Amino acid sequence: MGSIGVLLVAQVMPYLEQELDKRYKLFRAWDYPNAVQLPSQHATSIRAVVGNASAGADAALIEALPKLEIVSSFSVGVDKVDLEKCREKGIRVTYTPDVLTDDVADLAIGLMLALLRRICECDRYVRSGNWKHGDYKLTTKFSGKTVGIIGLGRIGQAIAKRAEAFNCPICYYSRTEKRDSKYKYYPSVVELASNCDILVVACPLTEETHHIINREVMNALGPKGYLINIGRGKHVDEAELVPALVEGRLGGAGLDVFENEPVVPQELFELENVVLLPHVGSGTLETRTAMADLVLGNLEAHFLGKPLLTPLV
Amino acid sequence: MAEDEMKGLPKVLVLGPPLCFPSIQSLYSHKFHFLKPHLSDLSLQDFLHHHRPPSITAILCGANYSITAEVLHLLPSLRLLVTCSAGTNHVDLRECRRRGIQVASAGPLFSEDVADTAVALLIDGMRKISAADRWLRTQNLHNTPWDLFPFGSKLSGKQVGIVGLGSIGMEVAKRLECFGCIISYNSKHKKTRVSYPFYSSVIELATTCDVLVLCCELNEQTKHIINREVILALGKGGFIVNIGRGGLIDEKELVKCLMEGEIGGAGLDVFENEPHVPQELFEMNNVVLSPHSAAITKESFVNICELAGGNLEAFFSNKPLITPVMLPE
Repeated sequence: MGSIGVLLVAQVMPYLEQELDKRYKLFRAWDYPNAVQLPSQHATSIRAVVGNASAGADAALIEALPKLEIVSSFSVGVDKVDLEKCREKGIRVTYTPDVLTDDVADLAIGLMLALLRRICECDRYVRSGNWKHGDYKLTTKFSGKTVGIIGLGRIGQAIAKRAEAFNCPICYYSRTEKRDSKYKYYPSVVELASNCDILVVACPLTEETHHIINREVMNALGPKGYLINIGRGKHVDEAELVPALVEGRLGGAGLDVFENEPVVPQELFELENVVLLPHVGSGTLETRTAMADLVLGNLEAHFLGKPLLTPLV
Repeated sequence: MAEDEMKGLPKVLVLGPPLCFPSIQSLYSHKFHFLKPHLSDLSLQDFLHHHRPPSITAILCGANYSITAEVLHLLPSLRLLVTCSAGTNHVDLRECRRRGIQVASAGPLFSEDVADTAVALLIDGMRKISAADRWLRTQNLHNTPWDLFPFGSKLSGKQVGIVGLGSIGMEVAKRLECFGCIISYNSKHKKTRVSYPFYSSVIELATTCDVLVLCCELNEQTKHIINREVILALGKGGFIVNIGRGGLIDEKELVKCLMEGEIGGAGLDVFENEPHVPQELFEMNNVVLSPHSAAITKESFVNICELAGGNLEAFFSNKPLITPVMLPE
C-alpha cells in the first residue's frame, strides 16, 4: 500500500501523521503553496485526502485530483468537504462519529458551568491575589436552568442527558420534530431562544444552518440568556455577537469555535461574561487517538475493498 | 425603626457577619433586634456589656466566625445558634449539646450549587478550560496555531471516588453518573439504600479511582484525611476536587505532590488558611482555583436569607427548627 498517494490537507496529531506516512505515500498540503497546482505526477497518484475541521476537500481540490477515491475526515463535522461533488463523482467520504460524542458533550456542560459560575474569572481572581481584598461576587446557579439544544443528534442528545442530571428542563429545535423524544420541541430557533436560559448549538454546519444564531436569536435569548457554541464558528454571526455581548443584549457566551480560527475577535477578550476555547471539543488523547484509528481504519477498509467503518457518502 | 420599638423585639447577636447579613437585616429588622459587634471597635465581651448578655438567646453567624466554648460562655441564656453555612466545623457542637443550645444550619440548601461547582472544577481541570481560556487570551495575539495547546483528559468513563456521601456527595454522584463516570465512595458508614460500591478507607478508594471529590464535613476524624499516602495512591494521572473544607487536605503535601508531578491536578474551592492560597499553585496550569464560592449564587443568597430568617422565626415562636443540626454525643 506504500505506493497509494494520500494528501493530508491539515495539521493533525503526530500519531495519525506518522501512521499515514508509514502506510501510504503521504503528501502534505503545506509543502505545496497551492494544492490545486500539485505537480501533475503527484496529483494522479493521490487516491485519498485526509482533512479535519479546518480543511477538507472543496470542489477545486476534488477537480485537481482525478484519481481521488475517498476523503477521510479527522472530524465529525464535514462542512469543509463538498459532499455534493463527492456524490457526483462517486468519491467516498468518512467521518468520526460516536468516538468524540462524550468529550464534546462534556465540554459543552463544562462551558455552561464555567460561564454561569464564572469559573475562569474566579480562577483569575484567586491567582491575582484579589481574594485577599474581598469575596468574588454572586454568580448564577446552573442547576434547574432551561437548556435549549439546536440539533438533537448524537452530541445534542448526550448534552441533554448530562443537563438532565442537573435538573435542567430540556427543549430543542431541529429540522424535523423527533416524535419519540421526551423533550419539548420548538419549530423555530427564535422561539427556542425565547424559551430557554442556555442555548447550545449542536447541529452540522450546512447552507441552512450558516449564521443560524443571528441578531434576532441573540436578542430573543436576551440579557439573562447564554449561548454555547460547540458546533462550527459559522453557526454564529460573530459580527453581531460581539456588539450583543458588549451592549448586554446577550447575557454571555461560551465558545469553542470561531468563524475564522485561529482568529478571535479582540473585543471578546475584554469581557468577563465569555469563556473562549481554542477548538478543544474532542481534544483528549483518548478521543483523538480513537478518531485517528477511524481515519486509518476507513482508509484501510477502502483500499482492501472492504465495507467502510463510518461512511457518510 | 425607633429604639423603643426595637426594645420589644427578640435580640439576635450577629457574629461574622455572614455574607448575606445585609439582606437578612433588611428583610427581618422589623422582627428581630440585631446586635452588630462587627460595627463596633470593642471586643465582643465589652460590646456585650451594653446589651445585657442574659437577655440574648440567639446568635446568627457565618462560617467565618469561630463559635468556641469561650464565646458561648459569654451568653448564659443562649438557646439558639443559626449559621448561614452548611458546614458546622466552626461551631463547638459538643459545647452546644452540653449547654442545650439548638443549632440550625443551611442544611441541604446549597447542595445543588456546591455539587455544580464540584463538577465545574472537575471538567475544567480535566479538560483544561480555564487554562485554555487563559492561553487563548495571551497566545492569540501571536496567532499561535491552536493544535499547540495540549490535550486534556477524558472525563466520561473515569472512576470517581466521593469522600462523604451526604447531601452534597449524592448530588455530585447523580451528576457525574450521567457523564458515564463510575461512582464509588467512602463515608463514615456504608449507606444502605445506595448501590455505589463502598470503600471503608479513603486510601482504598484512592487506589481504585482516577478522581476524588471531597464532600465531607471537617471534624477531628476527617482533618487531613487526604494526606501524602492517599495522594500517591491516587497517582500521577489523578485529580482531586475539594469543595468541603481546606483542612480535609494536607495542603503542604498537596502542593509538594503537584510540584513533583505525583498527581495529575486539582480543583480547589477551599484552603487551609483562606483567603491565603499557596503561591506555588499560581504557577500551575493543572490546578483550578476558586475563592470559596461554591455556594455563592444569587439564588442561594436569596434562599439562605429566607431560611435563616425562617429558623429564627420558628425558634422565637416555639416551633421546630427548619434545618436543625444533629449534635454529637
